[in-house]
Amino acid sequence: MRDISTSINKVDNDEKTSGKAIYVADIKLDNMLYAFTVRSKIAKGKIIKIDYPELPLGYYIVDYKDIPGKNIVKVIFDDMPIFTEGDITYLYEPIALLIGPDKAVLSKLFAEVKIEYKEEEPVFAWKDSVIHYHFDKGLGKSALEEGKIIEYVYQTGYQEQAYIEPQGFIGYLETDKTTLIGSIQCPYYVKNAVIQALGAKDDEVRVIQAAVGGAFGGKEEFPSLMACQLAVALKKIKQPIQLVYEREEDMLVTTKRHPSRINFKASIKDNKINGLSVHVGIDGGATIGLSGVVLSRALIACTGAYAIDNLDVSGDVYKTNTVPNGAFRGFGAPQMFFAIEMFVEHIAMELGLDPLEFSKSILAKQGDYTSTMGVFRDPVLMPEMIEKALEVSDYNNKKTMFKKQQNLKGVGMSLFFHGCGFTGSGEKNIIKAKVRLKKQFDKVEILIAAVDMGQGVKTTFRKLVAHILEIDIDKVIFNNPDTDFVPDSGPTVASRTMMIVGGLVARATKEVKDRWNEGSFVVEKQYEQPDYIKYDESNFKGDAYPAYSWGVNVVEVEVDRFTYQVKVNKTWAFYDIGKAIDERIVIGQADGGLAQGLAYGYLEVMNHDKGKIMQKNMTDYIIPTAMDMCSMETYLYENPYAYGPYGAKGVGELSLIGGAPAVAKAIENAIGKKVFKIPVTPEYIMELMKNGKD
Amino acid sequence: MAKIKFTLNNEVVEIDKDLNMRLLDVLRNDFNLTGPKEGCGEGECGACAVLLNHEIVNSCCTPLANVMDKEIITIEGFSITERYRIIKEAFAKTGGVQCGFCTPGMIIATESLLNKNPHPNDFEIKIGLSGNLCRCTGYNLIIEAVKEAAKAGEGLW
Repeated sequence: MRDISTSINKVDNDEKTSGKAIYVADIKLDNMLYAFTVRSKIAKGKIIKIDYPELPLGYYIVDYKDIPGKNIVKVIFDDMPIFTEGDITYLYEPIALLIGPDKAVLSKLFAEVKIEYKEEEPVFAWKDSVIHYHFDKGLGKSALEEGKIIEYVYQTGYQEQAYIEPQGFIGYLETDKTTLIGSIQCPYYVKNAVIQALGAKDDEVRVIQAAVGGAFGGKEEFPSLMACQLAVALKKIKQPIQLVYEREEDMLVTTKRHPSRINFKASIKDNKINGLSVHVGIDGGATIGLSGVVLSRALIACTGAYAIDNLDVSGDVYKTNTVPNGAFRGFGAPQMFFAIEMFVEHIAMELGLDPLEFSKSILAKQGDYTSTMGVFRDPVLMPEMIEKALEVSDYNNKKTMFKKQQNLKGVGMSLFFHGCGFTGSGEKNIIKAKVRLKKQFDKVEILIAAVDMGQGVKTTFRKLVAHILEIDIDKVIFNNPDTDFVPDSGPTVASRTMMIVGGLVARATKEVKDRWNEGSFVVEKQYEQPDYIKYDESNFKGDAYPAYSWGVNVVEVEVDRFTYQVKVNKTWAFYDIGKAIDERIVIGQADGGLAQGLAYGYLEVMNHDKGKIMQKNMTDYIIPTAMDMCSMETYLYENPYAYGPYGAKGVGELSLIGGAPAVAKAIENAIGKKVFKIPVTPEYIMELMKNGKD
Repeated sequence: MAKIKFTLNNEVVEIDKDLNMRLLDVLRNDFNLTGPKEGCGEGECGACAVLLNHEIVNSCCTPLANVMDKEIITIEGFSITERYRIIKEAFAKTGGVQCGFCTPGMIIATESLLNKNPHPNDFEIKIGLSGNLCRCTGYNLIIEAVKEAAKAGEGLW
């Protein structure tokens, strides 16, 4: 039998290339109405009065007064109202839906809505901490009392997911059932949020996934807000309604990657990091939502790919009157890996050591303790991956040569990992994933809530089951999740899908194989945490993740001597993801993730002015085009994880994490100045060339 | 409102419409052709791309008036051709399809490019695809797909 990693054609290629795949905006229902969202025009204050225009027959306003259940969007931290009841906490906060059959009439009515506010002074400074975490490892802060002290501050900006398909839902009622079809990552997050909003019973809400045109975390928790609004409207109007954002609305109001400020202080003894003190501040925006979990992941990643015995780790989520920030591929790790990778490089430079030799001397090995006193249980292949990286990229030679040359060329290397799956006990205590396989005659149907948003779940899961059963992939069925049929296998997030859900599906498939001759039957499996994984959430102690994927990126850049435009010439990437379930799909994830990570580091600029996001479309917010991309070489390493199917670990997020630090270090090498923030724009390079530190 | 006649996917069609309407809306709403997608609505992303007299245009920025007596081919019309089959197989072979939202536009861009230049080099391919944004792939596997299509479809363009 062929190795499972051997690539096959994706099962949904044809429907996507031919334009037949059905995305939310492609669905039309009889008597369908359209919804526009009425939003606040101020960042903070109270609504005094709203004057709606007189509505023609068949047009409706839906606001908080129509909510039958709780006016809160259920996420991890429940503090976002579905519609404001009068308090405004950020610009463009949703107030109501304006609904009707004709978009032109809606536009006209929309412009006639008059709202009077009592404005208050908005807060944009990072001073109101709403979540504070702290933990120590080893000697904690006291390790900072001796040795040479080195301190730096690093900053990262917003990043917008910029999926090409904007957010959207369509909904309708089936007798007592509220049915929503959406561009979503997490069918059950949406379902549970809507149940709470409507005060409905479990069987009164149905959520179906349409084809998803990219997500990257952006369709993790935000869709729950839209779904709750739409469900409330459906209950009132009892006619099909479409709520699809245009690009501008999507960019201005949906969640983004948290901007961060990371303060590092290290004490150095015998050319080693004796103690590390770190504080991470992230801007949560106007609601907390997932920010606490994002902060946790950032804090736990604070040692980077290194083993450091003594840590004093703290962080805060700051509430500001800005658009709420949320999930984005990497979830706090990209911020921290940028900072720690730069810091370790900067420490080595200050000690007069070769940065890579210094990094190698403190790399984490199998058996070392993690930042939370968990253990890196599986073999760590980083030394082998680094050796290969040096060889194929000619890194050392280039680094020395580029430094001497007049042209501003540079090369940079990043070392990183990603904790696979939910942080801490999330899988065991919150998600409790359940999967179901239905065997009927010679076919098997996979019933899970995992969403194919481009990462290839439909292909890899069918392939996985077919491979174990040694049957043709055509005999394995996998439809887009519909909560009326699939159990809650958890959200499609956190690089957990293949490792956790796939692991469960593999176990279930083995049972199907054993019982193959029994005819038609159903097999269900529920997640069981490996016994050795124990984590104390409140004290940040223990194994925060069951497994780690590891990566090395090398990036070569050229900075224009006059314009300071950065051009990435070539990348080399090395990933230990346990085992690829399909090599070509993994390469696709690897390329796409690295492209996003690189762009996070030098290209993608987003900021706000008094709470208003200044980039409102694809012209203002620059994501890479084909012209910006370079050739990417990717090398995969097998290092099977015992509980992943065929040894698979997480893939999706890992490939984004190393891009920003590698490109930032390459720019440092090119310009001979230290970089402290991303994105490294031409304006920032110009500032560094004038006043930067060598 | 005015009557306008054009060729859509090899059929002459006539429609009574406001000629300022976006071609994209007319295609999606009046002809139920949902292969062209709206990604940005301002001509940046190329998800709405169609062929106008065999050249790529963004249908979100094309007023209906501009297609009078012209020939429009959408992905639906193109997908019955041999050239499409070659391009589709190339995208499958290299892994150029992820979420699929940009894909119909990418296929149209590939056809438009190869129609003008059957043997493009890497740089020409990048220019040819530069009006189509993809957030999933990092473009390399799509660039490979175009090269593969040019090779496999030798003589077709």
